[in-house]
Amino acid sequence: MNLPVVTEADADRLFSTLQREAGEGGYHLNPDAEFTRNLVRGLLKNELRYGYRSCPCRLASGKKAEDLDIICPCDYRDPDLAEYGACYCSLYVNEAITKGAKLSAPVPERRPPRAERQANRAVRTVVTVSGGPAPALAFPVWRCKVCGYLCARDQPPEVCPICKAQKERFERFM
Amino acid sequence: MGIEHVAGKKVGTIMLYALSTCGWCARTKELLRSLGVEFDYLYVDLLEGKDQDEAMDQVEKWNPAGSFPVIVINNRKSIVGFREDEIRGALGV
Repeated sequence: MNLPVVTEADADRLFSTLQREAGEGGYHLNPDAEFTRNLVRGLLKNELRYGYRSCPCRLASGKKAEDLDIICPCDYRDPDLAEYGACYCSLYVNEAITKGAKLSAPVPERRPPRAERQANRAVRTVVTVSGGPAPALAFPVWRCKVCGYLCARDQPPEVCPICKAQKERFERFM
Repeated sequence: MGIEHVAGKKVGTIMLYALSTCGWCARTKELLRSLGVEFDYLYVDLLEGKDQDEAMDQVEKWNPAGSFPVIVINNRKSIVGFREDEIRGALGV
């Protein structure tokens, strides 16, 4: 496999964008700049080789539809921040860690293993096909699977206004 | 890309399964290097197709969650994640 080349200028740009967006949304990047920069390089490398910015600390399949849950910020970031103070990669951390608190142990993997994901995909397909009638609402309610943002409108937004996740990360909530 | 060898002091057979982009994998590899021990490592994300599937079967054998990094020591014991004290203890260094 030929390795895609990530330039330092690209890494600088993404680093500052993520830093700004994190701040605006009430999130924090890991204050260890060298560690964080490496993860940013990993995100860019994944974008070049897979076409999407999948988690640098998880093995992507190369099929976007199977990896939506691990496109950064992943579906597991916020529960991990709440429980452990850091996301699985420690790209995002809580305020205590930005002030010098340390992680006591690695954040355990919350994503279901390969075999379970395959089984779930099969189930989900069936549910989609046989989904019951929607409740009587003036508008459908969409939920961002990354941060939980809810909005009642015909379609989810192109980009989540809170965490910047793409439209495809929204699910029908009501 | 395949298994890479790092020369050093022989304290056992040490195999590190890692991703080339993962921060904790990098920390784990740095730790093994700084301890000066002999080890092998494999970047599973750089493999393709069947080679990658086979490597994942190995990873899952030692760590059913299929997460990285995984260190397998003497084909008997595995350590999942960057656990510095545990790694030092298991290698006796």
